[in-house]
Amino acid sequence: MADIPAPLQSLLKDFAFLDRTERVELLIEYADRFREVAPEVATRPFAEEHHVIRCESEAYVWATENADGTLKFHFAVENPQGLSAKAWAVILDETLSGQPLEQVVAVPEEAVFQVFGKDISMGKGQGLVGILNLVVHFAKQKLAMKAAAQSSTTSRS
Amino acid sequence: MSAIAELREIADRGYAKPEALVSTEWVAKHLGDPTVRIIESNEDQLLYPSGHIPGAVQVDWTHDLNDQVRRDYLDKAGFEKLMSRIGVTKDTAVVFYGDKSNWWATYAFWIFQLFGHTNAKVMDGGRLKWEKESRPMTREVPSYAPTTYTAPQRDDTKIRVFRDQVMKHQEARRPLIDVRSPAEYSGERTHMPEYPQEGVLRGGHIPGAKNVPWARAANPEDGTFKNAADLKGIYEQEQGLKPGDDIVAYCRIGERSSHTWFVLTYLLGYPKVRNYDGSWTEWGNSVGLPIEK
Repeated sequence: MADIPAPLQSLLKDFAFLDRTERVELLIEYADRFREVAPEVATRPFAEEHHVIRCESEAYVWATENADGTLKFHFAVENPQGLSAKAWAVILDETLSGQPLEQVVAVPEEAVFQVFGKDISMGKGQGLVGILNLVVHFAKQKLAMKAAAQSSTTSRS
Repeated sequence: MSAIAELREIADRGYAKPEALVSTEWVAKHLGDPTVRIIESNEDQLLYPSGHIPGAVQVDWTHDLNDQVRRDYLDKAGFEKLMSRIGVTKDTAVVFYGDKSNWWATYAFWIFQLFGHTNAKVMDGGRLKWEKESRPMTREVPSYAPTTYTAPQRDDTKIRVFRDQVMKHQEARRPLIDVRSPAEYSGERTHMPEYPQEGVLRGGHIPGAKNVPWARAANPEDGTFKNAADLKGIYEQEQGLKPGDDIVAYCRIGERSSHTWFVLTYLLGYPKVRNYDGSWTEWGNSVGLPIEK
């Protein structure tokens, strides 16, 4: 199994040493940095395929391709009070955008609980896992498209 | 609008027990009132520390209201300790507010009623309305002198209901309200295999349960409760409930259904509404229980 992206590995190590109060303070700082998806990527009404199922904060995820073939992830959180969703979106963007796709798809759902703690509510945990799932889904989709393109080139040659 | 005008506006909505609600303006006028304790309860653990009503304390669902070992709520000793920590006496009026149209605030309110703290109210509109009105927020966590609070034993008989009782209730075809989303109610599985499921082995609902998503009782633009006529339109005209019915409400773990319990009990004045906190995470994981899709 591929390693997970180095920036996320480093962030998870940092979070492992935080107590609950420090964790909350740091997550609020992340949420403060949240910027919604740019209008050149998506505008309302957002398409359902970008909607995170079971995220009560009404989160959306998009992926655009970078010049090097990696992905840049974009997010929208429709609930203005969805601070955890916003913090998680910033963390995923800062640690997974531009990273090797083979590593992005290896990020386990457990990462949500390493960042937010084991005691978040079931609904909140599912919503945050759902955001990660959609990021991983787009990375898998891109890898599959690359594999298909490669196989078609090979079969033609 | 003045606090009195706002309370009159709440009274004019036709609720059975309008005294269970206070307005944001009323709370603003009572911020320093030693007989009132403002309590914030949220789903999102980041909200209270990011800013809250000045003087408000946080009561956290996981840390404060749940037993840390068994799946159950805190006991008498735990409740007494909590009340002491937040500086509440028997005479203190507790006013709950929170995110998601007061979903978690009504959950905390419900648990307080298990211990008979009836001097309790909900701030209509919750955190959303307070923020929209640009009222003051602070990150300062207040500290109150500990109190000595003697609670009765938790009463699980009147407003709480357990699995075996729900089985009998269902067999007798008495009213059940499933307040989850239509997709949860129908047991429909999501189309992408990576998506997490409900944390349960089976989807669907308790046979005979009617689906009334909890949030229908709130106005989405400011989180306030709908007026009594609109609520009757939903629960009575549309769903056929009657005020004297013996009703059980449930969701996934009993949090969303406490919002509906509050609406039916206080805003419409139904005398016998119970919350099944085992809810779908218990029913959908239990062996041999009937399920409808």
